[in-house]
Amino acid sequence: MARKEKRIKWLLFGAFSGLIGIQPLAYAHNDAGNQDGKSQDYPKYQWRFSGPFGTYDLASVQRGYAVYRQVCSSCHTIQHMTYGDLMGMGLNAEQVQDIAEQDQVPDGQDAQGKTIYRKARLSDHFPAPYMNDAAAKAANMGHVPLDFSRLTLTVPGGADYIMAILLGYREKPAGFHFDHMNHYYNLYAKDKQIGMKPPLQANQVRYMDGTKATIEQEARDVTTFLSWTAQPHLIERHRIGVRILFYSLFMVILVYLVKRKVWFNVRK
Amino acid sequence: MMWLKKHPSESEAEQAPAQQNSSAKNLKNWIEYRYPLFSTLTQQYQKFPMPRNVNVWWTFGAVLSVILILMLITGIFLSLGYIPTVEQAFSSVEVIDRQMPSGWLIRSMHMAGSNLFLAFLYLHLFRGLYYGSYKAPRELLWFSGLILLLMIMVTAFAGYVLPWGQMSYWAANVGGQAIAAIPWVGEGLTRWIMGGDAPNAITLHRYFVLHFVMAFTIIGVVFAHILFLHHVKSGNPTGVEPKKEETIHFHPYYTAKDGFVLAIVAVIMILLVFFFQDWLTSPENYMPANPLETPENIAPEWYFLPFYGMLQVIPFKFGGLLFAAGSLLLLFLVPWLDRSPIRSSRYRPLYRISLFLLVLAFVTLGFVGKYHSQIILIWAGRFALFYYYLHFLVILPFSNRFELHRSVPQALTNVAEKD
Repeated sequence: MARKEKRIKWLLFGAFSGLIGIQPLAYAHNDAGNQDGKSQDYPKYQWRFSGPFGTYDLASVQRGYAVYRQVCSSCHTIQHMTYGDLMGMGLNAEQVQDIAEQDQVPDGQDAQGKTIYRKARLSDHFPAPYMNDAAAKAANMGHVPLDFSRLTLTVPGGADYIMAILLGYREKPAGFHFDHMNHYYNLYAKDKQIGMKPPLQANQVRYMDGTKATIEQEARDVTTFLSWTAQPHLIERHRIGVRILFYSLFMVILVYLVKRKVWFNVRK
Repeated sequence: MMWLKKHPSESEAEQAPAQQNSSAKNLKNWIEYRYPLFSTLTQQYQKFPMPRNVNVWWTFGAVLSVILILMLITGIFLSLGYIPTVEQAFSSVEVIDRQMPSGWLIRSMHMAGSNLFLAFLYLHLFRGLYYGSYKAPRELLWFSGLILLLMIMVTAFAGYVLPWGQMSYWAANVGGQAIAAIPWVGEGLTRWIMGGDAPNAITLHRYFVLHFVMAFTIIGVVFAHILFLHHVKSGNPTGVEPKKEETIHFHPYYTAKDGFVLAIVAVIMILLVFFFQDWLTSPENYMPANPLETPENIAPEWYFLPFYGMLQVIPFKFGGLLFAAGSLLLLFLVPWLDRSPIRSSRYRPLYRISLFLLVLAFVTLGFVGKYHSQIILIWAGRFALFYYYLHFLVILPFSNRFELHRSVPQALTNVAEKD
């Protein structure tokens, strides 16, 4: 009887864990469901940052920042990031200070109502390329370009899909008809059309570390950078996590021994 | 090590005479003369009689109180960085997560805590159903627990709205619409609660205050819950009240046992916070609330899915609302619906199977809440909902008539030996 009881308990436990397990499963399902309009299955990559023990290749994050700065930032924002946050990609305060001082940010208005600009500080958020949403829409056929703060988390397919879009531009096949004006042919975009013009070209960015700036390299680096902006504390999270996990597993053993010691004279 | 130091006052009380620290002893006596603080604590915690045979299901109460403390502490720190306005709520959460020192850690702990809170609450509730913890004289204990369940659900719902992401906004919207389904008064009520037709600045501010106030009100009800428990004492898996010699002191026996379970819960918590943090929230909620764009799949957090499933399977909204609310309110009637003289499901084999099916039905409703677009699932959900009510309204009251008879033990120790 006791054994049967145990079996039922485990079944119940299984059913309950099943309920908890719906959540991650469901996201996988959502990802698959949202791709209806995206005509092709995109290639999957082995990213160093994926999985529970993932980490960032910080050199790649830094190169990706260069790509973002010189290419993407002319249209796209990273609203929630400050200059100081760049220290997280392996730069020291002085290097970040140098980066910040190259930029001018708005800081209130003068007596005539004109915007005052000053050099950026570490606590400033990245400046936006457009004054406001209306200006952004006017310049981009009625759409505000996506904000990059959490892009790899919010775009279905995440980093792989961003990579696919960046490398998915092709010549328009004969007979292909665009539904919208000023669109470009992209294998992985919805209905194979995208409003963003092909952003990357080879040697568009000069990497300080001498890495050859092929389109693939640039795409890989900027995707890594975007993953980092979406989860800027990932390295720290996993590093502290491993330590504290070992510590707490050790605690479990100690507390178990205490429990056994305390209970040894209790007749069950 | 906080669980080992759980009751510092007691250990001090014990050590004081041995150490002959006269000033500490004087202070103790001074207080004790005016209010029997130390002897009360000793009686209520250290020497509190616990049945010697309670299993791991009896540790979840302690787990829940520790999680509550964790939620309050992390919540207070989060509230220091959070700005409850439509314009700034989302970006203030980003500031907490990105720029506030250790903000990402505190926020992840709060999110993991809320998931574990509800998980252990469901386990704790199931323990009550399985071992008949609601039966006389423990009805008040059961009620205070159910009130806590409702309060924590409200708090969790309000808390989910606060980051003002897409899912937050649309959760608030769906919640409002559910209330609006009440005939005649519903729409007025929704407008009155939300301060407008759709979730807006007033709604957000109210949810913030609700979340904050509720969190602390819960402490009061927890106090009542523990007060009731300490009067009627803990039940045990046999459902037989223990004789005096069958009990052991709460401390050190159950502090040690609770401590062990708490250490394991800490490991689960650490795994969630540090390695599987993307399980804790829907990625949609990293997009700021946009009233003009409805997300493709609106679904609540997993702990509300069974109730959301109930809303989905009934074709008219008000019916769904009644069944969902009824499924919780039914639990308040359980002490009177159960007419069996036997407490524990151990000795009610048929009823136990029914209880297992109830859990299955609840989980099924959860799946339906998540994937409600498929018609087969809708029918599975209707069947599950039917079974949920069948269990409480028919099987629970009448199962005693055709229950297989199994002898209930006379004392705890006999059973333990048989097992």
